[in-house]
Amino acid sequence: MDKHKKYGKEVTGAEALILALLDEDVRDVFGYPGGAIMPIYDALYDYQDRLNHYLVRHEQGATHAAQGYSRVTGKPGVVFATSGPGATNLITGIADAQLDSTPMVCITGQVASHLLGTDAFQETDVVGVSMPVTKWNIQVTRAEDIAPAVAKAFYIACSGRPGAVLVDITKDAQFGKTTYTYQKCENIRSYFPHPKINDEQVKAAAELINKAERPYILCGHGVLLSQAEQALKQFAELADIPVACTLLGLSAFPASHPLYVGYLGMHGNYGPNVLTNECDVLIAIGMRFDDRVTGNVSKYAKQAKVIHFEIDPSEINKIIPADVAVLGDARESLEAILPLIKNKKRPEWLKRFADCTRVEHEKVIDQAINPTSEKLRMAEVIDKLMQASKGQCIVVTDVGQHQMIASRYFKFDYPNHLVTSGGLGTMGFGLPAAVGAKIAQPEKEVVLVVGDGGFQMTIQELGTIMQSRVPVKILLLNNNFLGMVRQWQQLFFDRRYSFTEMKNPDFLTIAKGYGINGARVSERADLNSALEKMYNSPDAYLLEVMVEAEENVFPMVATGAGVAEIMLEK
Amino acid sequence: MQVKTTYNISVFTEDIIGLLNRITIIFTRRHINIESITASEIEVKGIYRYTIVVTVTEEQVAKLVKQMDKQVEVLKAFYHTNDEIIAREIALYKISANALKADNLFSKVVQKHHAQILNITSEFIVVEKTGDEKEITQLFNDLEQFEVLEFVRSGRVAVTRPMKTLTTYLKELENNTKTTIKYFNQNL
Repeated sequence: MDKHKKYGKEVTGAEALILALLDEDVRDVFGYPGGAIMPIYDALYDYQDRLNHYLVRHEQGATHAAQGYSRVTGKPGVVFATSGPGATNLITGIADAQLDSTPMVCITGQVASHLLGTDAFQETDVVGVSMPVTKWNIQVTRAEDIAPAVAKAFYIACSGRPGAVLVDITKDAQFGKTTYTYQKCENIRSYFPHPKINDEQVKAAAELINKAERPYILCGHGVLLSQAEQALKQFAELADIPVACTLLGLSAFPASHPLYVGYLGMHGNYGPNVLTNECDVLIAIGMRFDDRVTGNVSKYAKQAKVIHFEIDPSEINKIIPADVAVLGDARESLEAILPLIKNKKRPEWLKRFADCTRVEHEKVIDQAINPTSEKLRMAEVIDKLMQASKGQCIVVTDVGQHQMIASRYFKFDYPNHLVTSGGLGTMGFGLPAAVGAKIAQPEKEVVLVVGDGGFQMTIQELGTIMQSRVPVKILLLNNNFLGMVRQWQQLFFDRRYSFTEMKNPDFLTIAKGYGINGARVSERADLNSALEKMYNSPDAYLLEVMVEAEENVFPMVATGAGVAEIMLEK
Repeated sequence: MQVKTTYNISVFTEDIIGLLNRITIIFTRRHINIESITASEIEVKGIYRYTIVVTVTEEQVAKLVKQMDKQVEVLKAFYHTNDEIIAREIALYKISANALKADNLFSKVVQKHHAQILNITSEFIVVEKTGDEKEITQLFNDLEQFEVLEFVRSGRVAVTRPMKTLTTYLKELENNTKTTIKYFNQNL
């Protein structure tokens, strides 16, 4: 292996960076070259057989691709960008990854160290600019500091609650010489990513759960990040506790499981929201009580004792005070509590959820997936995608109505099968994230569900699909509107549709320009076969579905309302 | 509505460029004003202590301290009320030399406040005072009659009354277990 050949040898800082990435078992990098990162790209030239570089069309695309990659593997996504505009273009993706606890390592080139602070060409203080949105960042000005900085970066990005880190490397550090060695980072004395499970806390939680009549589990992204799916299943089954998932928690608990009751939050399912205010013990696992989940906190689960399983101490008591907090990795915590949990059956409590599901079916779901309207509706498209894919594909979404519909109507049975932007709600996330997810999981079908607005925010990444031959399936739900904003304008701004109507290009022609085949559907009769064709295409494919222009996503918890005040219809 | 109190936050950190910025943005993002801030190396080499004074509710200060603890290079952050610390500030007052013309009134003021004269020139006198914020402000008020040309105060430095020190924490940190990372997909 090259590692041994180069170990202890003199190399440039740029080559040391590439070697360090190989020592971290990085195989794929998303990036875009430019002046200040040229020595690294030059070193990469000799390592193309071991390190696959995907040339994106905009640096933001690299970050979202890295996020997509990370979310389906747990491995940190790696990004290269140059200084100045290259680096500032990363900020949206970094903020998105940080808010959604996605491990990501960004490497940026920087002007030579003697130029720092002189407003040199393409100099920005990217360490300063990215500070509020990174878990950690560092500027390296000497070749010998590159490998240790990379080791620390990977450790910090992946340990504890994962996040985005950035390593900024000056051009002279890339050119400089150093003797290459690599030591993986396993400990930083000021950093405690992995709290030891406290037996007292576990006991207190178990006591509350064993005494509970109507316990209720809220499952978040932490379950996926800690690979606690099996432990959660055993725990829920043992004590017969209903489980609902947050947006980022979807796919952590199989949708077909009898204890699965649905999706939480503003556009989530009816029962999971309403019954939050009827449970007696609320068991939150690896989630952070985002405002899209809680609605008005003064009307949230006031009757319930709250147990919060959480790895990040700053999340405990941040929004919803916990009666018992179990600090630690979700999987370790659940494995610790399992032996203390008593077997119970709760048919009456579960029936409450089933009743709510029936109401939601009557009022919302049945009409949405079998509409009588002339125009196609988003939910029926997702429902048909579910059938065409047999629920097997990885679903990547952008942000907006189509995202809520995909989250509501696709049934996620396999872990890490939904990639979406939750905390930051970044339009333009979808297309590059789908590219990253497909590169990470080439044997899986990856279907991007995207709206006409978000698609155009990063549409240039069709070039990445073309150049790197990434067979992503693009399901474009086109209503020629910024649908979610339009919905709010309709409901809360007196139908004053201020700049939400879109004059769109011919998307099929654009795709064709990038060598991507596609089709457009506007008739219900053609939908199934069009979806089948898209799904079974060996290459990238764009299916544009013309949907109802003024469809609203329901149910909805309006801003300021409590979860129990969820509206089923207008 | 919870009551706001003055809290003294002590943040123990590694010696890292830019870390102070990471700490201060925790306050600015929440629109909380820092009343004073000082930073210096402590008894353990390479470890720095920031003393930050804020007036907030206890819920707020607890959340602020957790956010600081979350920073990778922060060893530990604590908060204390004024009763739990022993604190001092230092202040310098630059007074017009005309003050000396007013008989010995000026020296009496300086003596009464247990302040010291650091420097005298033909144009100005520099007075130094160590004390709490109140004492420093009182001296300022008494000196105003002599024309204060410049006034500067250091911000609070403090030691805490509780005996558990950072060194005890540092020992606990040595037992900090190693963490190895596992990805879901080991094939990659």
